[in-house]
Formats: sequence, structure tokens, C-alpha cells
Amino acid sequence: MGEIIWLTVKLAGITTVLLLILATPVAWWLARSQAWWKEIVGAVVALPIVLPPTVLGFYLLLALGPDSPLMAPLQPFGIRTLAFTFEGLVIGSIIYSLPFAVQPIRNAFQAIGERPFEVAATLRASPMDAFFSVALPLARPGFLVAAILTFAHTIGEFGVVLMIGGGIPGETEVLSIEIYRLVEALEWDRAHQLAGLLLVFAFAVMLSLLLIERRTGRLRP
Amino acid sequence: MSRALGRIEARFSGQLGDFTLDAELNTPAAGVTVLFGPSGCGKTTLLRCVAGLERLPGRLVVEGEVWQDEVRFLPAHQRPVGYVFQEASLLAHLSVRRNLLFGFQRTRDEQRITLDQVVDLLGLDHLLERGVARLSGGERQRVAIGRALLSQPRLLLMDEPLASLDRARKAEVLPYLERLHSDLAIPILYVTHDPAETARLGDRQITLSEGRTGPVIDTRDEAQGARLAARLAEVGPERLFEDLCATGVPPELAQLTLAALLAGLPPWRISDGGR
Repeated sequence: MGEIIWLTVKLAGITTVLLLILATPVAWWLARSQAWWKEIVGAVVALPIVLPPTVLGFYLLLALGPDSPLMAPLQPFGIRTLAFTFEGLVIGSIIYSLPFAVQPIRNAFQAIGERPFEVAATLRASPMDAFFSVALPLARPGFLVAAILTFAHTIGEFGVVLMIGGGIPGETEVLSIEIYRLVEALEWDRAHQLAGLLLVFAFAVMLSLLLIERRTGRLRP
Repeated sequence: MSRALGRIEARFSGQLGDFTLDAELNTPAAGVTVLFGPSGCGKTTLLRCVAGLERLPGRLVVEGEVWQDEVRFLPAHQRPVGYVFQEASLLAHLSVRRNLLFGFQRTRDEQRITLDQVVDLLGLDHLLERGVARLSGGERQRVAIGRALLSQPRLLLMDEPLASLDRARKAEVLPYLERLHSDLAIPILYVTHDPAETARLGDRQITLSEGRTGPVIDTRDEAQGARLAARLAEVGPERLFEDLCATGVPPELAQLTLAALLAGLPPWRISDGGR
């Protein structure tokens, strides 16, 4: 039981950190670009919101499987497949939660407006300098929302994890899979414990999001 | 090029949205040059072009240094200007002190103007450790001015720095601007549509109308001031206004002349301003 919770938290933690790093440049580009085709990219990024997790999981299974051309570059390192591995689960979680990280950060960048960057430029800050000294700190509430949503969303995912993880104990067996397995095995008491735990966790997440929103007053995920 | 030393020479013409700017500026790099005109006449656009925040075809040479020509365009962050926006636009995540030091820490020029000097000049002593959300409008604008000064500008650009303030706040900030003028040897381009500000702060004035610049007007000519003041006492303001207009002075200029005379300030001389 402890191992399952640890694995779940580890998956969510690693996913959150990697996704924030990955989502920041994407959100920045989506917030600032004038390109007419940027909403096409925006739609691709948002796709996991409306796509059934099983569909996403199915394609990921193909992409990370031994016959996938995407896996070919990893062959020399002795990696044939990432399906049914923890690493594969991280990749799946990152893609699945991408919109939940990109959207709040993009909104936060957009809410800053043009003026602080003009101010920074007239105070000798190069665009790169202004990104780190002005954009990132001013968008902090957006990053907080993105981190919380990504973490919670990864804890709760089921479909993708089932498709590409398969529920191997110690490797890919996470909380939501375990609850499903317990119910199947009619172990209602233990299912109750885990389900209750996730319910309390979900409530804490929503409460903290609402409190952040009340404090900043303008950001919506 | 030696003739260009000590002068600001700018020429911009081009389209920005559906607005056309066709502006020429040739003014000494000293004292306060007021860009005057009604809203929408292009004075802010001209100022933004000088700062590098807007890019229109043209040429800009400041004290012999080319900031823009056919091939070159110095980006905003490489131009040694200080810019004071109409709204103070302080950086919300930084304290007053860190706002003030933002440009100071990034300038590569010699740091002639120190934090202590600016704090003293603008009366910011008791505000330094505060967050910017808790400042009044007048305080915010003073911090914005101090922040621009601390970036060690060779040219200070001020875009209606008093326009967003009410009358009391204006009266609070104006004396600081006058001290700026008398205490620091930084040339200022000052955008306003308020004749009273021009009269108190300006050394010379360029009027803009529908994106086009007029001649440079010297606003501190004592001899002509005395002559006009005597004439004003003799015939009264309406008649003097008509007289001025009859000699070819644009009405807005005549109005300014009267405003200055009535305020007891040295008024306006119309010149070709080095064109």
C-alpha cells in the first residue's frame, strides 16, 4: 500500500516538474506570438482535454512500443520499448496533463500585458532578462495553479495509465489502478480507504486553487 | 558630424495602423523640449519612436550617435534613455527600492546619479521598503521618475507624466519636475497637452498636429516677453491674441503665449529653431 502511494506521488511529482519546464516556453509562445497558425498549436496542446484517455493511451502504446520508429534512436542504449515502464508512464502523464499546465501559464503571461516589458526595455533589460526578471515573477500565480492542476490530474489519471502502464506492482501500479483492482476483488474496506484519501486530496486541491484565485483575482485555469 | 554634437535630430515618417506620422525634430540636447499638441496628434508615437519602442522608417541621431538610420535600429534596451509613462507602470512584484534599482543595476554607463540623490530629490525616503500597491498616484509617479533617472539616461523621455493625476497630485509632483530641470543636466523630451505645464517647465516647444511637427519655439525669450507683457497691459488679452494671430502665429501658440504672460512667465519666441 505504502509502495503504491509512493509510486503515485513520485509519478505526479516528476511529471509536474518536467511539465512545468516544458510548458513554459510553449505557453510563452502561445501568449505572445502573432502567428496566425498559433491556435492550431493551441488546439493540439488542448487535445488531451477532449480526447478519451484510452485513445491517447492506445496511440502512446504504439508510439512507445518496440515496433515504433520513435523508439529506434533509443535502441543503441539497450531500450527497446517504454511501454509498461515507469518512464513510459511519465511521458504519457506529461502529454495527458499538458493543457492543464499550458493554459494557466499562458493566461498568466497574457494578463501581464505589453507595458511591463516596455518598462523593462527602457530600463536596459534585454528580452531574455525581462523574461526572467519580469515575466516569470509576474506570472507566478499561473505557475502555482499549473503545478497544482498537473499534480492532481496525474494522481487521478486512470485510462492512460491502464493502457500504457498495465499495473505492474512497483513499476506502474498507481492509486487509481489499485482502487479499480480492489473493487474487482471485492476488497471494499481497502478500496474505501484509498478512495477516501483521494477525495480529501481532491478537496484540498480545489480549495487551494480557489484561494489562489481569490488572492490574485484574475487567473482562471 | 561635429555640428550634430549636442543636438537631438530625428526624422520619422511612416504609417502605424491608420495613423501617419511625418515628424521632424532638431533640438539642443539640453533643457526641456516640450512636444505639444492635442491628443491623437502623434506626440506619444514620436516619443516611442525615439525610445525604440516603436519602429517607423526614419533617422535618429542623439549627440552625434546614430540610434536609427536606413540600416541600423538600436533596440530599446540598448538606448540610454529614461522613459516615464503616463501611468507610473511600476513593476508590481518589486518593492519601491527594487523598482528604483531595476535600471540602475543594468546600466553599463558610469553611475553618476545615485539612489541617495534620487531619494532626496524626489522625497522618497519613507517609501523605499513599501510594496508598490500601497502608494498614492503621486507617489507612484515620483518612483517612476526616480527609476528612469537611476538608469543613468542621456535623454529623459516623459509622456504626460502628470496627465493621470488629479489637480492636488499634479501640484505635488510638479515642483519635483522643476527641481529635476534645475538640478540635473539631462535633456528632457516632455510630451503634454497642458499649456500650464509647458509654461512652467519648457525651454522650447514643438507643436504637433495630425502627425506633423511645427517649428521649434523658444519659450524663454526675456526681451520679447517684456515687450509682449507691456502690450498685454495696454490692450488686454483678446486684442493681443488677435494681433498675434494676424501676424501669422498659429492660434494654439498665441494661446500659449497668453497663458505664459498671464502666469507672469517669460513667454514665447517664434523661430525657425535650427531647421
